[in-house]
Formats: sequence, structure tokens, C-alpha cells
Amino acid sequence: MAALQTEPAKLESVPVADAPRPRRRRFSLTHWWFTGPATVLFVAFFAYPLAASLYQSFTADQDGATVFVGLRQYRRMFQDPVLAESLVNTALLLVIQVPVMIGLALVLAGVLNASWLRFRGGWRLVYFLPAVTTLVAYSVVFRVLLKTDGGMVNQLLDGIGIGAVDWLNNATWARISLVLSITWRWTGYNAVILLAGLQAIGREQYEAASIDGAGAVTTFVRVIVPQLRPVILFCSITSTIGTLQLFDENYVLTRGGPDNATMTPVLYLYKVGFDQMDFGYAAAIAWVVVLLIGLISLIQFRFLGRGSR
Amino acid sequence: MSPRILGRAGAYLVLLAGAVVSLVPFYWMAVAATHDTADLFRSPPPFMPGGALMDNLSRLQSEHHFGRVVANSLGVAVVYTVLSSLISAMCGYGLAKYRFRGRGVLLGVVLATMMIPMQVLLVPLFQMMANLGWTDTYQAVILPFLANAFGIFLMRQAFLAFPDELIESARIDGAGDLRIFYQVVLPGVRPQLGALVIFTFTSQWNSFIWPLLMLNTEEKFTVPIALNQMIGLSHVDYSGLMLGSFAATLPIMVVFFVFQRQFVAGLLGGAVKG
Repeated sequence: MAALQTEPAKLESVPVADAPRPRRRRFSLTHWWFTGPATVLFVAFFAYPLAASLYQSFTADQDGATVFVGLRQYRRMFQDPVLAESLVNTALLLVIQVPVMIGLALVLAGVLNASWLRFRGGWRLVYFLPAVTTLVAYSVVFRVLLKTDGGMVNQLLDGIGIGAVDWLNNATWARISLVLSITWRWTGYNAVILLAGLQAIGREQYEAASIDGAGAVTTFVRVIVPQLRPVILFCSITSTIGTLQLFDENYVLTRGGPDNATMTPVLYLYKVGFDQMDFGYAAAIAWVVVLLIGLISLIQFRFLGRGSR
Repeated sequence: MSPRILGRAGAYLVLLAGAVVSLVPFYWMAVAATHDTADLFRSPPPFMPGGALMDNLSRLQSEHHFGRVVANSLGVAVVYTVLSSLISAMCGYGLAKYRFRGRGVLLGVVLATMMIPMQVLLVPLFQMMANLGWTDTYQAVILPFLANAFGIFLMRQAFLAFPDELIESARIDGAGDLRIFYQVVLPGVRPQLGALVIFTFTSQWNSFIWPLLMLNTEEKFTVPIALNQMIGLSHVDYSGLMLGSFAATLPIMVVFFVFQRQFVAGLLGGAVKG
């Protein structure tokens, strides 16, 4: 009884004006109506498999039984030439493809942002189109365009006297094909993001620079690009993550070949896990990919994020 | 001619070259879908539509159940989009407008799922589905990725900007929590919801690695999986492949042309905010 009597007094003692938000409902569980489904799904299909995969990376299959082997799966990686090759391929993409693509996107965005440009919306549309294509479909199209005998690109090269190239069966050219197809798909996407960033920079900055006698290119490089740093950072981090997770493109284009020339860590872990059924090793590779993504993102953040804000 | 005019002409030339590179694969995909495979690799390659479209279509249908495959893709994408968008919107609303114990943890989990690549989950999820006996079913394709972190975050940001006063006055009028959500709050964030729906549909329509692992029966394939299988055949039906690729790209292109603004907003996400 005493408890019942004190409760109303407690409630009354809270001045209405004092409540910062009218929606503060301490004892209510109503929020579960809204957050419940997602929470259950996260626990079942994210938290549990995440923990399972971490555990799995310390285990191996021996004679049909799963046994704990400590760091053995991680140590295996140091003697795995295919994994090494996949990491080299990824590093090449990160060092060559990503900067070239973002540079191209930056140039495109700069031109698309020019005050005198006509049909800006139309250009933007055309450049964004590749990013809309179904990944598998565009890889298929590139496979056909780059076909060695009679593919359109080779016919063109033949026509101008350069001669046919064995795009998908030669290690170097297969890598170049992969670079070309990724660049085709994602340059416009990055350009549109960078353009949105450019449009947030006021026109008066261009005018001020032009009054000071700077040309269009100088203005762009010296005045505009530095202000665009956070957006460039966003583009390079998403491209880096995309590169480290590369699977669809090289799986469809070359199946990782020839001789693992276009192998990537994720395609490799897919093969280890689902072709060789070596789940422990696949999990360990996956965690190394996670660590690499975290590490490289952090480095980029430090490097490019410096000075902004 | 002044250097300025020359500069502009040069810039237009660069843009035009880029646009051609951007568009040629699309154009060629459409053209190739209307030719025989033999025609595709003759010299010079065809640049105008041919008359083999119906042949290619009926071959795709008889050999790869293509009508069924497209229907599968549409069905999976629509069901996934409706459920996932709803779950994301609800969770985003709960995170934005309710104060409860564990809210910070939930938000942290949402952000973490955005940073952790799904490849880490592949093996355990695969085993889980196998244990449940769900391999080769659509619930195995749809369920694991229903709670979409990006969607939840997008909707949370949208709901944070929604005025509390409107919710409060609906409550005074006697509306319950769920009714407030469906009739007051959800219509108020229609643009963001539109962006979410488009993003969700596109990502499921394009989804490759997970359906590839889950679906084994040809009749159950989605379009990307069917295309992938066609590449692996010993005798590749190139014109059929191009028609299939065209069919895979067409719905997304239509969505893109109709909802351009929301589409870009959805893909860009939080890229350009600060």
C-alpha cells in the first residue's frame, strides 16, 4: 500500500516543463515494437555468425571432427602463394586503379561543375549509368567485348593496326581488363559524388580566384580540390573497401585466372571455403580482410582527413 | 579563336569521349541481344539492331527457363525490398524517437555492420542455412540480410529531423504508437523512404555471391545466377547472354530514369554532408 501511495506523488513531483522531450518514457517497452525485428535479425544473422566465424578461424577439420588449432590457420597464410598473389593483385589495384579512377572522376566532376556547361543533368545521367548496371551483367558484357577472337575491342585494335590482344587469357592483360572494367563502372559514380561536393562550394570562391588572376585549372587545383578533401576521402575509402572486397567482377570476368593473375582475397576465400570446404582457413582469410580494411581505412583517414576541420 | 573558346571546346570533347565510353557497352548489349552469336563476332561487328531477338528470347526460355528466372528475381527483390525497408524504417524510428536502455549498443551494432564486410559471415551463414535445411530456398536468400544497417541509419537520420510536436499531438488525439508510425511519421519521410526503397531493390536485384551459394536448382535461379551459369557452359550462347544481361539491367535503368533524384540520394548516402 505504501508503495502505491508514493508513486503518484513521485510522478507529480516532476515538473512538466522540466522534461526535455515529451517522448521520454522510461518504463515503456514500446520501442521493441520498432527495434525488435531488426534486433532479432542482427543477433541471429550478424552477431552469431560473426562470433562463429572468429571461433572457426582458430579451428580445423581433422578426420571429420572440428578441433581447436590456435593460430595455425593464420600461420598457414604466410606459406600460401595463392593468397600472396591475391594480396599483390589487390595492392596493385589499390595503388594504380583507385588513384587513377579518383583522379579521372575529379577531372570529370570539375568539368561537369563548370558554370558554362550546358545539359549538366544529361551529362550526369550518362556518367552515372554504368554504376546502375547489374554487376554480373556488365562483367558479361566486358567478357564479350574483350573476347580474343572477334571481340569488338580487338576488331577495333586490329582496324587501327595495333593488332589483337589476348585480353582475358594473358596474366598482364587480364589484370588490365579487370582494371578497365572496374574503372568503367565506378568512375562516373565517384564523379557524381565529387560533383555534389563541388556544388556545395560557393561560386564566389571561383570569382575571387579569377580576380586574383588564377586560371581555371589553377583555381581548381589550388583552391577547390583542397576544400573537397572530405569528399575525396569518402570516395577513396569506399573505393578501397570495394577493392578489398572485390569478388563479382573477377569471378565473372576471369574466375580469378589465368593462373590466379586476377585472384582477390575474397574470391580466394570463396574457393577455399566452398570448393575445398576448408572452413577454418576461409574464416581466417576473411578476418585478415577485415583487419586490412580497418587498417587501410584508418591510414587513409589519418592521411587525407588531416587538416579538414 | 580565343583560348577560352578552345578550352571549352576541349572540355566538351573530353566529356563527349567519356560519354561514348560510358554508353557504348549499353548500346552494344542492346544491339547484340538482337543478333545471332555468329553475327556478334564477324567483322565489322553489327552496329544496328538485327532480327534475331525473338529467336534469342525463345532459346533463353526453352534452355534456361528465362521467364521463370526473371520472375524469381522480381519476386525475391520485391519481397526483400518491402520487408527490409519496413524493418529498417521501424528500427530507425525506434532509435531516433525512443529512449531506452541499450539504445547506444544497438546503434553501435548498426554502425559496426556497415564496416564489417559480409564475406566474414559467409561460411557460418552457409552452415547455418544448411543446418536449418534451408539451402536452395528463398528464405535463405532473403532472411539473413533483411536487417540492413545502411537503411536503418538512413531512416534514423530522417526521423531525427521529424518534429516531436507532431507525434505528441497525434498521441493526445489518442493514436497508438504503431498508428502514429504508419499514419503520421512514415508519410513525413517519404523522400528518404523512396531513396531507401530504390537502394534496397537495386542491391537485391544485383545481389550475386549469396544467392550463388544458396540456390542450386535452375528453376529457382535469379537473373545474375542464371547469367553466371550460362558463362560456365562449354558452348557459350553469347547472344543469349547479352539478351539476359540486357534484361538484368533494364529494370534498374527504368527505376533510375524515373527516380533519378532519389536514386542518387540513396546511393550517395551520407557522403556529402560535411
